[in-house]
Amino acid sequence: MASIDGALLDFKRLDRLATGDTAIHRLDPRAKVLATLVFVVTVVSFGKYEVTPLVPFLIFPVAMVALGNLPVAYVIKKIALLCPFALVVGIFNPIFDREVLVQIGSLGITGGWLSFASIVMRSILTVGAAIVLVGVTGFPGVCLALERIGMPRVFAVQLLFLYRYIFVLTDEGSRMERARKLRSLGKKMEPGIFGSLVGHLLLRTWQRAERIHMAMLARGFTGEFHTRRDTRFGGRELLFLLGWSTLFIILRFLNLSQLVGSLVTGISP
Amino acid sequence: MSHHIVEVRNLRHVYPDGTVALRDVSFRITHGESVAIIGANGAGKSTLLLHLNGFLTPTAGEIRIGDYPLTKATLPEIRRTVGMVFQDPDDQLFMPTVYDDVAFGPLNLGLSGTDVEQRVKDALEKVGAGHLQEKPPYNLSGGEKKRVAIATVLSMSPDILVMDEPTDGLDPHARRQLMALLREFSHTRIFTSHDLDMVLELCSRVIILHEGEVRGDGPPLEIFRNDELLARCRLEKPLSMQGCPVCGGKVS
Repeated sequence: MASIDGALLDFKRLDRLATGDTAIHRLDPRAKVLATLVFVVTVVSFGKYEVTPLVPFLIFPVAMVALGNLPVAYVIKKIALLCPFALVVGIFNPIFDREVLVQIGSLGITGGWLSFASIVMRSILTVGAAIVLVGVTGFPGVCLALERIGMPRVFAVQLLFLYRYIFVLTDEGSRMERARKLRSLGKKMEPGIFGSLVGHLLLRTWQRAERIHMAMLARGFTGEFHTRRDTRFGGRELLFLLGWSTLFIILRFLNLSQLVGSLVTGISP
Repeated sequence: MSHHIVEVRNLRHVYPDGTVALRDVSFRITHGESVAIIGANGAGKSTLLLHLNGFLTPTAGEIRIGDYPLTKATLPEIRRTVGMVFQDPDDQLFMPTVYDDVAFGPLNLGLSGTDVEQRVKDALEKVGAGHLQEKPPYNLSGGEKKRVAIATVLSMSPDILVMDEPTDGLDPHARRQLMALLREFSHTRIFTSHDLDMVLELCSRVIILHEGEVRGDGPPLEIFRNDELLARCRLEKPLSMQGCPVCGGKVS
């Protein structure tokens, strides 16, 4: 379970990055959440064979990483961790969709490969944007923004609790698994034991969650989460949101990659 | 300053499964007192503490904090007045950084900006943890966690401090540091503990709970010299009051 412990610790690092103090960090979370939302919607709205128009969208996560002073290698590693899911989703496309759509010299690229590449590209973009968003805003900040935008408070608080308890749950789980391993002498886990383990985990987590909740109540928690920075949605936020949104919409309808390509090669599309 | 008073009258608590945790508990703790509530496992200490902050509702009896009876209406004010430090600091530290955690209470009190900053700074300074403020709580040592947990409560400027097993799980040095810190506070302090040597050093009064009832209430030396009472309540003298096992020296 050491690997899970490690991954978890690494995930907590993302939260810690959010305490940075760059211009991007200081923006009101709403501006960042909304811009990311527009980004995700535009990226997802592309047709299934489109790959090249997606490339310019990399500018958003890259710019945020650079301006937010996030460690590049760390962000790439986090994205790579989630890539296998996209690979699994897209891997059958090249097998089923064999119609050749693009001919480069003697090499024919089938629709399957194109849609596969498109899926992978889109996952990288959306997952990257989400990770970067948490990295420059922090999860509590994101929840706060969602609530201020209009999500019911109950959901916002639910999300926050979920986030807290994931750490608690995995901690407890890895400790129990370690205890089982030490006494099972290398035997595999039987289904019955697994059931009992999960049951216990649920009860223990429940108890701990209750204690955490008590500690929160003891310090005046009323269901409202406050963050340290008291920000407001001002001119800079509006500029940030409108600027990025406009760029995304332009990129949506204008294939920049092709444009640049044709400028370089001198062939009009 | 009557708001530092804790009064418990004929408190009784029965858990939903029928377990009688507290039969009939009464005591009055006045301003600035440092009181230890001791007792064997299952004596009802934790149940009692959970009542002082309104987490559990009495089956019968009454609790008054300062001038107010503990009711739903007075609960927010009482929770500010009574600072509760839990046994496991991991339960208490749930924000991404130490700073955020200490600021959690003041922000909930409706403070903002420099007020919060000042309170966080003061609280961390007081427990000697100013240098930890940007660290995430899970990276701290046990002693540091405990001190930060106390700071999260101090930042709300409570009048009464309630601590469940403050020295539990600390190494000797961290325990000493914590005791020195607790000695400085002028708050009304209520501890539960199995660390009777700490009780002897820090407390001016000891209340013994056994089977949900108060069996002893008095100055520590008086209580700890009563061998018969201690044995009946499954307790022992503090080590510092027992004869030295090596040289055989006896303390009177």
